Amino acid sequence: MIAPGNEATTKRRPAKINVRILRQDGPGLPGYWERHQVDYEPDMNVISVLQKVAAQAKTSEGQKVPPVAWDCGCLEEVCGSCTMVINGRVRQSCSALVDRLLEDDANEIELRPMTKFPVVRDLMVDRSRLFRSLQRVKAWVPVDGYYDMGAGPRISREEQEQNYPLSQCMSCGCCLEACPQFNKIEIQRQPGETNEDYAARKNAAFDQGFVGPHAISQAMLFNSHPVGKNMASERMEALTATGGVQACGNAQNCVAVCPKEIPLTTSIARAGRAATVYSIKKIFDR
Amino acid sequence: MGSNRVLVVGGGLAGLSAAMKLAELGVPVDLLSLTPVKRSHSVCAQGGINSVSDLTRQDGDDEWKHFDDTIYGGDFLQNQPPVKEMAYWAPKVIDLMDRLGVTFNRTPEGFIDRRRFGGTLYKRTAFAGATTGQQLLYALDEQVRRRESEGLITKYEFWDFLGPILDDNGRCIGATAQDMVTMQIRSFPADAVIVATGGNGLLYGRSTMSVFCTGSAASRCFQAGAKMGNPEFIQVHPTAIPGADKLRLMSESARGEGGRVWVPRKPADPREPKSIPESERYYFLESRFPKYGNLVPRDIATREIFNICVNEGLSVDPTRMSVYLDLTHIPRAELDRKLGGILEIYEKFQGVDPRDEPMKIFPAVHYSMGGLWVDYEANADGGLLPGSPKNQSTNIPGLYALGECDYQYHGANRLGANSLLSCIFSGLFVGPGIVNWMKGNKAASDLPKSLFESAVNVQEARHKKLLSNVSGDENPYLIHQELGDVMTRAATVVRDNQQLTEAFDKVSQLKERAAKCALSDSGNWTNQNVIFTKAVQDMFPAAMCILKGALHRDESRGAHFKPAFSQPSLVATDPSERRLEAERWCDAFEENNSKFLKSTICTWNGNEPDLTYEAIDTRLLAPRPRLYGLVGAEVIEQVWKERSAAKAKKAESGKEQLVNS
Repeated sequence: MIAPGNEATTKRRPAKINVRILRQDGPGLPGYWERHQVDYEPDMNVISVLQKVAAQAKTSEGQKVPPVAWDCGCLEEVCGSCTMVINGRVRQSCSALVDRLLEDDANEIELRPMTKFPVVRDLMVDRSRLFRSLQRVKAWVPVDGYYDMGAGPRISREEQEQNYPLSQCMSCGCCLEACPQFNKIEIQRQPGETNEDYAARKNAAFDQGFVGPHAISQAMLFNSHPVGKNMASERMEALTATGGVQACGNAQNCVAVCPKEIPLTTSIARAGRAATVYSIKKIFDR
Repeated sequence: MGSNRVLVVGGGLAGLSAAMKLAELGVPVDLLSLTPVKRSHSVCAQGGINSVSDLTRQDGDDEWKHFDDTIYGGDFLQNQPPVKEMAYWAPKVIDLMDRLGVTFNRTPEGFIDRRRFGGTLYKRTAFAGATTGQQLLYALDEQVRRRESEGLITKYEFWDFLGPILDDNGRCIGATAQDMVTMQIRSFPADAVIVATGGNGLLYGRSTMSVFCTGSAASRCFQAGAKMGNPEFIQVHPTAIPGADKLRLMSESARGEGGRVWVPRKPADPREPKSIPESERYYFLESRFPKYGNLVPRDIATREIFNICVNEGLSVDPTRMSVYLDLTHIPRAELDRKLGGILEIYEKFQGVDPRDEPMKIFPAVHYSMGGLWVDYEANADGGLLPGSPKNQSTNIPGLYALGECDYQYHGANRLGANSLLSCIFSGLFVGPGIVNWMKGNKAASDLPKSLFESAVNVQEARHKKLLSNVSGDENPYLIHQELGDVMTRAATVVRDNQQLTEAFDKVSQLKERAAKCALSDSGNWTNQNVIFTKAVQDMFPAAMCILKGALHRDESRGAHFKPAFSQPSLVATDPSERRLEAERWCDAFEENNSKFLKSTICTWNGNEPDLTYEAIDTRLLAPRPRLYGLVGAEVIEQVWKERSAAKAKKAESGKEQLVNS
């Protein structure tokens, strides 16, 4: 739900904040809305609201409930943990400032988990697919090893300035939530299944889905590195396989929601061109 | 026969570099972390990583000077061989990270750019914008993912380390851990366990640290018999942005790139900062420390900022103590290129653009110099012996500690941009030693199953007891807040014995209350409530170490500042009187060193920590007074030089006598 714009932004701050949270007790279980109320303080963000919700563990109606589960880490928008859908928009909850949210809707803040990843519990989702995609595109520099071999290749300032923004991707998943081509793949754990077997079954399913803008962008980052590009054709193989760059529908939502303003669509365009060249080359090399 | 495996706990820079190096050496690794390793707290490090470079070398710098700066900055509280080894490895560490694809800032010609950090006069610090920790972590994360896809590393993310498992001889043979999603508790047999679990900032409630930094893993090792070293040394970073949930770091690189700290000379000056003329601004760091200016070591900058607000009443904000950190004189394009990441943080969380307006900052708890005690084996040159199983080993054989959770590299005060170095260096260096350690032992996987089962039973009992304790009346979140308040008041910038004694009593009471926590969630699925409660309970032993260590250290050294036991500046103006005063100052300094130039060593007796002291290995550099900005420093320095020269001469003639006799 996108909150309707309120009349005028009121400078008056409430004594209490109302929060509506879409909860879910476990994978595959139905979701349900729950209302909480916490004391307003200046300079709050959604994290500090959730901390208060956890401490009181009581709904607005005074009913005792287990604390809401959610994921967070650095609280300064560099770790990528705390992504959720806040007032209808996917973003980090640490940088979602309460005063701004109350300008959207003074009555209530709405929190729900991301919809493209399986819910683990409440606002916590399983984003292992996002990391699996990085494995699919081999997002690393294939160095010989970790002994001292002297400095790396000379890199021009221009190249560094092009690559640095891409390397700031914190795997938060906002771009995937916003992408119309990235659909939820939920594999339920079977009774008695080991973690290893469950992970293997999940990965096999993930590998059939769209890799996502974040992984395409990382592939381009490593394809432009002087040593990373030694594996360029393996990355292009992944990007031209099922779920590769051709799955992108060019909706451009990814770039619009990226909290780090990474030029994802530029990376996708580069990947698209490289994929064409790679496919033609493959035909002639046969 | 089962093959050897290593369990690495913690996926920050230290844990990942260790895992990656061990995989290269052919050792299978289980990597366990509270969070996907890519989200570890190392991601928050901003400013950079230090090493001597070809450029600084031509200005007279060398590895020895990096070593000396680190020891002097740490007020001589480190054993010197590991620090020396680290300084000599530093250029190689940066070369390796460069090869792994870290997007370090570049000079126009394409070399790695450097900036200056606190406590040194050389531009040693390599950086990737203002997100250096993130960039270094990602490079290691990528290599670990590569080894994971080759099958040598198995990740266990969203797992909580519960404690080491020891055999009947006290050797560490693995660990117990809990899946934070399914709540399953199981054992991980391992021939060596590396704990690389970072700092314990959450003891202070709010700090610059991530929510994972509870220190619980180190505390669990401590309670299992591992020694803790120098726990009282907690770095309070001079510049952070106060916030309701967290105190966000404003990197030292802001000052490294020319940022200036100031307050209006007039108390409670109501004018906008930019309208205050230069003559009415007090650049107190520059004026008090002309040599280092805004880049004095962190403990000193912190005390000065604290002092100017608390004692001199010059805070720029009447409601919330703070001083200005001003970058507005630097061109926007340069700021964006070198500091973009941190300026965005300020902008996002404060709603003010620091390129246009000075930032308001105040000190915040930032780093634990102390931590698990670890051993080392020196070589003939006073560095470390490569491949020795002693290096980074705790006193529990087979249990290793690395990174912020060990006590080894930073003494009484850490220099900026040395932490990333110590983490990656120790991670790379420890690998061969662990391989050698494992050679001599029976594989853990061949040991009797009962050893592992009984360890799991102990943890399951603790878990079940907590879940069933619904009738208790204590709330773990509120206990944590109280602990944070006590610790912040008693054990940060200024320390006082009466306050520390009271705080210790208060923390002991809180510890009892924490044992009676009632859970608001008694379920067995993704129960964050019980994981947090266990972490809170395990904060107390560590908090008691800090308080007791601080209480018994009646001196000021680095980050540990006790005004009642500080050596004052010189006051005499007459030169000969001043000389005498300096002599007395040096006498007092020597006497104090004979008492306190020692590591505090804590052991857990089941109820509280017991303290002993251990001599410091100063085989390479003789301790000397740390005199940043002290009045009369030049006279003290002169006296000290003369004394050192006399001592050296005496030692020399002693040797001659030995030879002649």
